[in-house]
Amino acid sequence: MMEYSLTNLRELEAEAIHIIREVAAEFENPVMLYSIGKDSSVMVRLAEKAFYPGKVPFPLMHIDSKWKFKEMVEFRDKYAKEKGWDLIVHYNKEGFESGIGPFTHGSKVHTDVMKTQALLAGLNKYKFDAAFGGARRDEEKSRAKERIFSFRDKFHQWDPKNQRPELWNIYNARVQKGESIRVFPISNWTELDIWQYIRLENIPIVPLYYAKERPVVNVDGNLIMVDDHRMPKEIAARAEMKKVRFRTLGCYPLTGAIESEAETIEEIVEEMMTVTVSERTTRVIDFDQEGSMEQKKREGYF
Amino acid sequence: MSASNKNKENLNPNKNTSVNEPSPIGGNEGDSALDIKAFLDQDQKKDLLRLLTCGSVDDGKSTLIGRLMFDSKMLYEDQLSALERDSKRIGHAGEDIDYALLLDGLKAEREQGITIDVAYRYFSTAKRKFIIADTPGHEQYTRNMVTGASTANLAIVLIDARYGVITQTRRHTFLVSLLGIKHVVVAINKMDLMDFSQKVYDKIKADYDSFVTQLDIPDVTFIPISALKGDNVVERSERMPWYKGQSLLQFLENLRITSDRNFTDMRYPVQFVLRPDIKFRGFSAAVASGIISKGDEILVLPSLKTSKVKSIVTYEKELDYAFPPQSVTVTLEDEIDISRGDMLVHPDNQPRIERQFEAMLVWMDVTPMNLTTQFYIKHTSNTTKARIDQVKYKVDVNSLEKQLIEHLNLNEIGRVVITTSKPLFFDPYKKNRQTGSFILIDPITHNTSAVGMIIDRLDGKSLSSRITDVDKEKIALGKSLIQRDQYQGKYNQKGETIWISGLHGSGKNELAFSLEKRLFENGAIAVMIDGSSVRSGLNRELDFTPADRAENLRRVAHICKLLNDQGIIVICSFISRNNSLRDQIAEIIGKDKFHLFYMDATLEYCKNNKPELYDLIEEGKTKNLPGIDLEYEIPANAKINFKPEENELNIDKVLDYLAANKIFPHH
Repeated sequence: MMEYSLTNLRELEAEAIHIIREVAAEFENPVMLYSIGKDSSVMVRLAEKAFYPGKVPFPLMHIDSKWKFKEMVEFRDKYAKEKGWDLIVHYNKEGFESGIGPFTHGSKVHTDVMKTQALLAGLNKYKFDAAFGGARRDEEKSRAKERIFSFRDKFHQWDPKNQRPELWNIYNARVQKGESIRVFPISNWTELDIWQYIRLENIPIVPLYYAKERPVVNVDGNLIMVDDHRMPKEIAARAEMKKVRFRTLGCYPLTGAIESEAETIEEIVEEMMTVTVSERTTRVIDFDQEGSMEQKKREGYF
Repeated sequence: MSASNKNKENLNPNKNTSVNEPSPIGGNEGDSALDIKAFLDQDQKKDLLRLLTCGSVDDGKSTLIGRLMFDSKMLYEDQLSALERDSKRIGHAGEDIDYALLLDGLKAEREQGITIDVAYRYFSTAKRKFIIADTPGHEQYTRNMVTGASTANLAIVLIDARYGVITQTRRHTFLVSLLGIKHVVVAINKMDLMDFSQKVYDKIKADYDSFVTQLDIPDVTFIPISALKGDNVVERSERMPWYKGQSLLQFLENLRITSDRNFTDMRYPVQFVLRPDIKFRGFSAAVASGIISKGDEILVLPSLKTSKVKSIVTYEKELDYAFPPQSVTVTLEDEIDISRGDMLVHPDNQPRIERQFEAMLVWMDVTPMNLTTQFYIKHTSNTTKARIDQVKYKVDVNSLEKQLIEHLNLNEIGRVVITTSKPLFFDPYKKNRQTGSFILIDPITHNTSAVGMIIDRLDGKSLSSRITDVDKEKIALGKSLIQRDQYQGKYNQKGETIWISGLHGSGKNELAFSLEKRLFENGAIAVMIDGSSVRSGLNRELDFTPADRAENLRRVAHICKLLNDQGIIVICSFISRNNSLRDQIAEIIGKDKFHLFYMDATLEYCKNNKPELYDLIEEGKTKNLPGIDLEYEIPANAKINFKPEENELNIDKVLDYLAANKIFPHH
């Protein structure tokens, strides 16, 4: 008998496509949250595959904190136009107009108002009953136990003690009005899988992932890039040019760069395998308190 | 199944895609870039093994997982330093690194020092990628272990060498076999505390072998290890030269698992209908089992329409065939109405298509099982309603003994009979994990109440007798405080059932209606029930298939029983086409209270009397009509045979019969 086997990546891909189709079939109004990051790029490709030759039957939504790297926004607008995505860009108008930002209000307030609150308001505004996210279980300890279909109550809260059992590939998609499900089709992917897939599929990603000379300031051990004039002058004044890249992308004042020479995916992977720093440490917001990611998730953050 | 080399390439598209950014400039990193390319090319060909670890806190399970991950160099530096920080505050392992802290994700659990949910871990070696479902060993968390086991190819059962095979070991092994895991590694841990003794190992192996034979696990392997010291975990240990097998990691890397999937029985449960424009109509699904190929003749369930596979579409290219667990889109040669929940199969290899089956059920909800609940059942891509008819027994996970009970509580496992409102297309779980599994969802809370594995037993034909078994037990329960003779005295009648059988249009109803009127006039308390009265409301979801006809009558019989118990006479007018059905009805109502009459009309008479249905069936617009395409068995034991032409006379005959048997009047 000949062997019918899939590689790790193709098996993960098949699993993700199954999950994405299941949501499209079972929910009335799903949305795919789009963060512009590499995981989001992979998610969009998987959604395109799931419904080929048709179009993706749900919109993408980007929660814009208004502090994203300029290159991220450029990338987003370029691909949304080129590929004809149905893209919603949502932001917290009140927060933006009252000038909330990480430099003036600290990372905690900024994240809460411009990210968590903005996300919840966006989900409520369009009455989405399912939202895809690109979280992976290998990213952080508290995610290791999260379901693929992760139930949220009317207040978008996650109760880690009261999760629905999830067996085989049978997903319980039933919600009451107002409740919702966060869906994580790439739960079982690792960071290496993501890079491998981007390489294999030739998926476009934001150039910030590749090393380049960029103006950065060392803030408490984190290399913060000077991306616009909103960085306080006294900090920006300390900027120096360094060859850096980003392992994850978020708000520019909250996302540390690493010094790197990696200009290709191969070099990024090589660096990843030898320079052993896991990716979430370059996100400043995680340092707040022990179990802080779990805390944020309970409150409705992804 | 023809499979050219070209196909193989299709399925494993390792095309050398160019990267997004230009190649590095300058020559000095040339060599290393080549190396990493080779590494990545190699790496992306790796396959995936999903494994489950069973054991408790004390068995050193977390230590073992930590070591597997640590030694395969997937622990990043900062995770380690975070670990050192955590260990000082709440660690349980003194000055050593506490591997368990790496694994226990959630805050509350960390403080309790136990893992209480399923956590998934990832590590990779040069040969394979691994996903570990890490589940706790405590009895009250059976549901978590079952969850982790549902997707696993292999289970590691940890045994503490100091204690050997204990109750927990048996429990874990039972659950592993229940969920159909084919490979078990018995890791006999803490060998360092037993002087790496072969005797200890042999004793445990013999004990385990003696009970595992009663379970259904085809492949069991024993490995003596010390997770703490690293013996036989990654490298073969020199301290146990008597052990000639592979180390745990070597075993995990080399185990062949592809043949575990079912490639024989093609099942394609349609998940999503893709209609981007009028020209394209595709049916998307993850292949559940078997191989679906271009050109295959297929049968659509439940419509039983046939067609051929025109193409198998994916984003990359069209495929000649697809196999599990691929997610593809199929188009067909013919325009057939197909929706989500339908299934494509090969006409010569069909699953069971039934509304009733037996299953092993694991109760997952804190709310105990309730036999009156109408659950949602989700099975492949199909969702319908289901109820649990009967709990045959509960399995004690510790002793493996069967116990008779009435319902299951959280973490209990039992064998049940389930009836669904639409037919499911299923295979026994043992043969097919994908089409043999289902979940039950609570209609109010929407929790996943239970998960089930369908058992290979009983076909549809033997189900009717099962209804009777169930009912007998239920009937035995619940008694009114008013005695039968109290009713009889007060109403001057016996609460019994007059059941008129006969063909459609035979004049049963005419008799039943006149009889009801006459009894009313004479002062009796009587209720008349016929097909249209129950089918318009109570049994609205049932159709006219033999199974639904039986269900319709089962419910009617229960109504008769309820009314009779309260002293009321019931007049029933139903085709009730054969002895088996009528016997079941008698069984439910009580044989002494069931009085069968037969309306003996010719088919000719029936057709003239009520031509509508008979016309429809002649035009091929309906089916399943007794006397035409379903057999009608003339009752051999009817109390009276009537002729429809003699309606007035017939009423008198019944009244005489009732009086003679003291049914009405009683005194």
